[in-house]
Amino acid sequence: MKTKILNKTIYYVIVAAIVVVFIYPFWWMVTNSLNSINEIFGKPTLLPKSWMWQNYIEIFRVQPFARHYLNTIIVALLGTGGNVLVSALSGYAFARLRFPGRSALFVLLLTALMMPIEVTIVPMYFMMNSIGANDTLVPLILIPVFCSQGAFSAFLLRQHFITVPKELEEAARLDGLKPAGIFFRIMLPISVPVLASAAILAFLSVWNMYLEPLVFVSSIGKFTLPLSLANFNDTYGLPQWNLQLAATTLSVIPVMAFYLIFQTKISNAMVTSGMK
Amino acid sequence: MKKKMTKLERGEALTGYLFILPQMAGFIVLVLVPLVMVFTYSFESRNLLFGNMGFTGLDNYKTLIGDDLFYMTLKNTVIFSLGVVPLNLVLSLALALYLGSASTGTKIVRSVIFLPVITSGVAWAIVFTYLFQGGEAGPINYILSLIGIEGPNWLHEKGWAMFAVVVSRVLKNLGTNVLIFMGAVMNLPQDVLEAGRIDGATRPILFWKIKLPLLMPSILMVMIVTVIGSMRVFDTIKLMTDGGPEGSTMVLVYYIYHQAFRTFNIGYASTIAVVLFFIVLLLTIAQWALRRRASYYED
Repeated sequence: MKTKILNKTIYYVIVAAIVVVFIYPFWWMVTNSLNSINEIFGKPTLLPKSWMWQNYIEIFRVQPFARHYLNTIIVALLGTGGNVLVSALSGYAFARLRFPGRSALFVLLLTALMMPIEVTIVPMYFMMNSIGANDTLVPLILIPVFCSQGAFSAFLLRQHFITVPKELEEAARLDGLKPAGIFFRIMLPISVPVLASAAILAFLSVWNMYLEPLVFVSSIGKFTLPLSLANFNDTYGLPQWNLQLAATTLSVIPVMAFYLIFQTKISNAMVTSGMK
Repeated sequence: MKKKMTKLERGEALTGYLFILPQMAGFIVLVLVPLVMVFTYSFESRNLLFGNMGFTGLDNYKTLIGDDLFYMTLKNTVIFSLGVVPLNLVLSLALALYLGSASTGTKIVRSVIFLPVITSGVAWAIVFTYLFQGGEAGPINYILSLIGIEGPNWLHEKGWAMFAVVVSRVLKNLGTNVLIFMGAVMNLPQDVLEAGRIDGATRPILFWKIKLPLLMPSILMVMIVTVIGSMRVFDTIKLMTDGGPEGSTMVLVYYIYHQAFRTFNIGYASTIAVVLFFIVLLLTIAQWALRRRASYYED
């Protein structure tokens, strides 16, 4: 009986410790985003010292932060949309349509899964330069659609389409639907949950990418959020720690909200990609 | 002896090619072509500003062999991985085994441990740069001072800087592995564990002789994925230490970035990228071989 109580206590101590370790960085970020610069360091407090809400207005003044936010949304929406559409098409074809060379082409595509963007980004810079796409959002949209994230979605969707019962297609074919019609009118609508998983993973990877904008984008009007956040420290003469924290908070909030709503879905999707 | 395709089959094949066309075209242009290019660049004296200044054969590779900075970045990358991988694996496996089934506490842990995973690496690195501030100013040092420890100037002292980036990286990515291991633990064959208990196996024996061997395929898979991730580290380093102090946290990808876009040596940067390519390739081959064996055992 005694050991049982002891075990329970240890269990809750460990759970509490984990919660503190993983919540504290976020808590610290939010509370200090409401402090003045001088209040950030020194004895940490659990609540903001001066509640400077004007920090959240100030970030839009020192940088075109709204523009950076919009850029990130544009890149994330187009990158995610393109990723899901292109990979749904190819995933379906690789799973269900018979054509010569199908498996060889699919294996070839899978090599993209292991290709680190860090290896190919240097030549890509020259490619983008030659078509005038440097310092635009174009490379940031193309990479998540066609590089490893694209191949991953194709893989995920092919696995899914393989499991769809064949009878469904046969019935549709008897009703006179062509392959394209079967795909758009039947396959896509019944695949929404898997498409959502692919979309979530693509969206997170685009929202969080850093090296790609760092390489392809140079003018401040084209920055995405990760570049913008780092820039609060880099460019200006004075450190703007409190503003950096306020901007970071604003960049994290939508993803957090999204996570709190679709928690299980998101963590399951991430686990799948962690095992790829 | 190929049969001639019927009209219907030809139609299906045509649709198939049309459907894979966008993906395959993009794959060729944005993955295959750049990969071939990075190899050709590595044989050229190529500069960001002046373009290709001629084929130089193995010159870049000769430079690489004599480049102390390259060995240092390679060593730092290995040290970083040796820090991240064991820490990550031991912690995530221990948590998965300890937390086990779906009680309330476990559900809470599952949610909070995943928050850093979905947060951007940049945001996480920014916050940890503050948390690891030196002197009494930094929150981590403040907490240490409460128990009478005077914390170092984390990000500006050799050794401690590497420790700090390893810790922030482990905390960022721990969640995925915890969840993967929780799944693996749940799938352990209960009859085997039960048989062990009936035979009087103590908890340590149950762990070392039964659970651990059964979990080995998942552990190895997770390990390789985590190693590949650590070999590719960039944002944590760039933002927290910028490779410093004295280059002690300068890693491979940082060096590629530095050579290509700071000193404009595109040819040489590509040579380092080729090295990274082969490292990741070898690890991926190991991963595929393991997966094949693992699925063999599962059947």
